[in-house]
Amino acid sequence: MKVDNSLPLEYSTEENSLKILGFWIFLGAEIMLFATLFTAYFTLENRIGNGPSGAEIFEISPVLVETILLLTSSFVIGLGIHAMRLGNKKAMMIFFSITLLLGAGFLGFEIYEFIHYVHVGATLQTSAFTAILLTTLGTHGLHVTFGLVWGLFILIQIKKRGLTPETANKSFIFSLYWHFLDIIWIFIFSFIYLKGMM
Amino acid sequence: MDFFNRFAVPHPSFLIYGAMVSIAIAMIAVVVGITYFKKWGYLWREWLTTVDHKRIGIMYLIVALLMLFRGGVDAIMMRYQLSMPDNTFLDSQHYNEVFTTHGIVMILFMAMPFITFFFNYLIPLQIGARDVAFPRLNALSFWLFFMGAMLFNMSFVVGGSPDSGWTSYFPLAGNEFSTSVGTNYYMIAIQIAGMGTLMTGINFITTILKMRAPGMKLMKMPMFTWSAFIANVIVVFAFPVLTVLLAMGTMDRLFGTNFFTTDNGGMDMLWANLFWVWGHPEVYILILPAFGLYSEIISTFARRNLYGYKSMVASMVVISIFSFLVWAHHFFTMGQGPLTNSIFSITTMAIAVPTGVKIFNWLFTLWKGKIVFTTPMLYSILFIPLFTLGGVTGVMLAMSAADYQYHNTMFLVAHFHNVIIPGVVYAMIAGLTFYWPKMFGFMLNEKLGKWTAWLLSVGFVLAFIPMYITGLDGQARRMYTYSESTGFSTLNMVSFIGAAIMAVAFALLVYNIYYSIRYASRDIGSDPWDARSLEWATHTPVPEYNFAIIPEVASTEAFWDSKKKGHELFKGKIEKIHMPNNSPLPFIMSCIFFVFGFSMVFSIWPVAIIALIGILACLTYRSFEKDHGRYISVEEIEETEAKLRGAKK
Ligand code: HEM
Ligand SMILES: [Cu+2]
Repeated sequence: MKVDNSLPLEYSTEENSLKILGFWIFLGAEIMLFATLFTAYFTLENRIGNGPSGAEIFEISPVLVETILLLTSSFVIGLGIHAMRLGNKKAMMIFFSITLLLGAGFLGFEIYEFIHYVHVGATLQTSAFTAILLTTLGTHGLHVTFGLVWGLFILIQIKKRGLTPETANKSFIFSLYWHFLDIIWIFIFSFIYLKGMM
Repeated sequence: MDFFNRFAVPHPSFLIYGAMVSIAIAMIAVVVGITYFKKWGYLWREWLTTVDHKRIGIMYLIVALLMLFRGGVDAIMMRYQLSMPDNTFLDSQHYNEVFTTHGIVMILFMAMPFITFFFNYLIPLQIGARDVAFPRLNALSFWLFFMGAMLFNMSFVVGGSPDSGWTSYFPLAGNEFSTSVGTNYYMIAIQIAGMGTLMTGINFITTILKMRAPGMKLMKMPMFTWSAFIANVIVVFAFPVLTVLLAMGTMDRLFGTNFFTTDNGGMDMLWANLFWVWGHPEVYILILPAFGLYSEIISTFARRNLYGYKSMVASMVVISIFSFLVWAHHFFTMGQGPLTNSIFSITTMAIAVPTGVKIFNWLFTLWKGKIVFTTPMLYSILFIPLFTLGGVTGVMLAMSAADYQYHNTMFLVAHFHNVIIPGVVYAMIAGLTFYWPKMFGFMLNEKLGKWTAWLLSVGFVLAFIPMYITGLDGQARRMYTYSESTGFSTLNMVSFIGAAIMAVAFALLVYNIYYSIRYASRDIGSDPWDARSLEWATHTPVPEYNFAIIPEVASTEAFWDSKKKGHELFKGKIEKIHMPNNSPLPFIMSCIFFVFGFSMVFSIWPVAIIALIGILACLTYRSFEKDHGRYISVEEIEETEAKLRGAKK
C-alpha cells in the first residue's frame, strides 16, 4: 500500500481517498432519502384524520434537550477529528466517547418522546400525519442508533490497532456521517417541531 | 397446516402448476449437474465469492438473459390472450398478474442488470483501471440485486404474484383491494434489489471520477463512460426516492399505516407522484447507457470520431436534469389542474430537444463515414428511425390536453415499447454482439446476427405499430379481453404475429450463441472490429488485472490513435499489482437478506428478526475484518502476458 505522508492520515492511501469520495456520494443519496421523507411530511402534515395535530402533541422540552445533546455531540466529534489530525490518540478517543455518550442521551430522550406519543394516542396507525411523523423521526433515530454501534466499533478498533491510515479513515468517515445526522436534525427541529408548534 | 396454507397460490391454474413442476425439475437438474461434474468448488471460488468486475458483469448478463426469457413468456401470453376477442386463455386475475410481472421483470430485472453488466464489464476497461473503486461492494450490489430478483420471481409459485400493475398505484395496491401477498413481494423484493442498484451507482461514480488512466480528462472519456456516469448520478438521486416509497408502501401493507389509503388522512396520489419522481428518471437511467453504446458502435463502424462530442455530453447532462422535472406527465388526467399540467407539458416536450441533438449527432457521424455494416451497426441504424418515431409519439403524449385521449390506452403502450425496444433492447443486443469477442474470444455469427436484427425489427413493427391505431380507437391498456364488436381483433392478431416473430428472433439469438460456440473461429486477436477505445487495447481474454501497465491517454480515441498515429499507450515497465481478495461475505449476507425478505412478505416475524440480526452480524464482521488484498508479482504478470501474447498468434 502506498502511503502519501503529505496528506492527512485519513486521505493518505488511494483506497482511503476513494472511500471518502464514495461516502460523500452516499451522503448525497441520504439527502435525497430525507428530502423525500420531508416532502411526504409536508404533504401529509395537515391530513390528521381523527388523530391529533402536531401542535397538540409536540412537547418543547425533550426536543430542546435532544437538540442540545446532538449539536454538542457534533461539535465534540469535530474536536475528536482535530485531535486525530494532531496524532493524539488518547484525546481523540475521549472526544469520540463523549460524542457517543451524547448520542446515547439523545436517543434516550427520543425514546421517551416516542413513548409519550403512543401515550397520547399518536401511533403509527392513527393517521397519515402521525405515520409520517414517526417514520421521519424514526428514520433519523435509526440512523443515530446505527451510528452509535458503528462508532463504538471504531473506538474499539482504534484502541486495539492505534491510529493507522485505516482507522483514521473510518473515524473521519464516521464524523461525516455524524455531522450529517446533525444537519438533518436541524431541519427536523425547524420544519417539523417549530413549524408544527407555531 | 394453517401455517403452510399461506404459501399456497390463491388463484392457481394449470399454467402455474406446470411452472411449479418445471421450476422444481430445473432446480434439481442444476444441483445434480453441478454435483455430478464436481463443480461446487469451482462455482464457489470463481463465481459466488468473486470480486472481479468482469465476472460480476457476466453474472449480471446471465440474470438479464434469464429474465428476458421470463418477461418474454409473459409477453407472449398476453399477446396470445388478446389476439382473439373473448379469448379465455387467461382469466382477468391471471392477466393482471402477467402484465404486472412482465413490467417489473423487464424494466428492473432485465434492462437494469443488462446495463449494469455493461457498466461492470466495460467501465474499468474503458478508463484503463484494474477494477472498480469498491470491488466488494460491487459483489454485494450484485448479490442483493440477484436475491431481490429471485424473491420477486418466487411470488409466482409461492403465495401469488403481484397484480396491481408495475406502477402499483394505491388504493388498488393496498390491503383492501390486493389481498394476496403479491404486492408484499413487490414492495420488498424491489427494495432489496434497489439497494443493490444504489450501491452500484455510488461505486461507479467514484470509479469514474477517481480511477481514470493518466491523461484521460473528463472530456476525453469514451462516450459510453460518460453516459454511464450520468446514468449513475441519476441512480443516486432517484433510487432513494424509491427506497422511501417502498418502505411506506410496505408499512401500509404490513403495519396498517395510512400513507396511501383513503381514510385517516391517507393520500393515494402521493404514491403516484413519488413513484414517477423515481420512475421517469428510471427510464432515462435505461436509455442513456443505451445511447452511450450506440455512440461507441456508430463511431467505430463509421470509422470516424463521434460528431459533436461536447454536445453529446451537454445533451445528456440536460436530459438528466430534466428527467427530474417531468414526472407529472404520467397522470395528466388525475386532476392537478391546467396550470400544473401545462408546466409539465412544456418540460416534457423540452426533453425532446436534447434527445434530438443526439440523433443529429449520430446522423452527422454517419455522414461521410466509411460505413461497415456489421450486426451491431445494423441495430444502430435501425434504432435511429424507430426510436425517433417513439420520441415523436412521446411528444404527442406530452400535450396534456390531448393526453386525455391517449392516456391508459394502447397508444401509450405503443409509445413506451417504441422507445424501450429499439432504444434499450436493441442497444443491449448490439452491445452484446459488439463486446462478445472481447469477453469470450470469438465472434457471434454475423449472418445469423443480421437475420436476428431484421426479424426483430419486422416483429417489432408488426407487434407495436398497430397498437397506436387501436389505442386511438379506444382500446384501453391492461384489459384482459374485448368483444368482437369493438373491431380490435384484426390488429390485435397482427400484434400477436409480430410478437411471435420477435420470439423467433430471440430464439435465433440463442441459436446464434450455440452455433458460434461450436463453429466460430477462435483466431480473432484482441481487436476484431478495428475499434477505438481502451477496452480493446488489452488482451483477449482479459487478464484479471486488466492492464499489465496502466495506459496513458491523450485523446478520446486513445486506442485508435495508438494504432493509426503512433501514440504510445503503455509506457514504463511492469510493477507488482495490488488486487482485492475474494470474499464470501456479500453472498452470505445477501442470502440472509433473502430470508429476511421472504419472512417479511409472509409476516413471519421471528424469522425476520433472526435474519436481521444475521445481517447486522455480517456488518459487524466486516467492520472488524482486516483485509488488505494481495499482490500479483512481476514474474506472474510477465508469465501471463507472454501466454496471452502467444494465444493471439
Ligand atoms: C422524447 C422523449 C419522450 C417523451 C416526450 C415521452 C413522453 C411520455 C409521456 C407523456 C408519457 C405518459 C403518457 C400517459 O400515461 O398518458 C410517457 C409514458 C412512458 N414513457 Fe415516455 N417519453 C419520452 C421518451 C421515453 C423514453 C426514452 C423511455 C424509455 C426508455 C420512455 C418510457 C416510457 C414509459 C415506460 C412510459 C409509461 C409507463 C406506464 O404508464 O406504465 N419514454 N412518455
Ligand atoms: Cu415519463
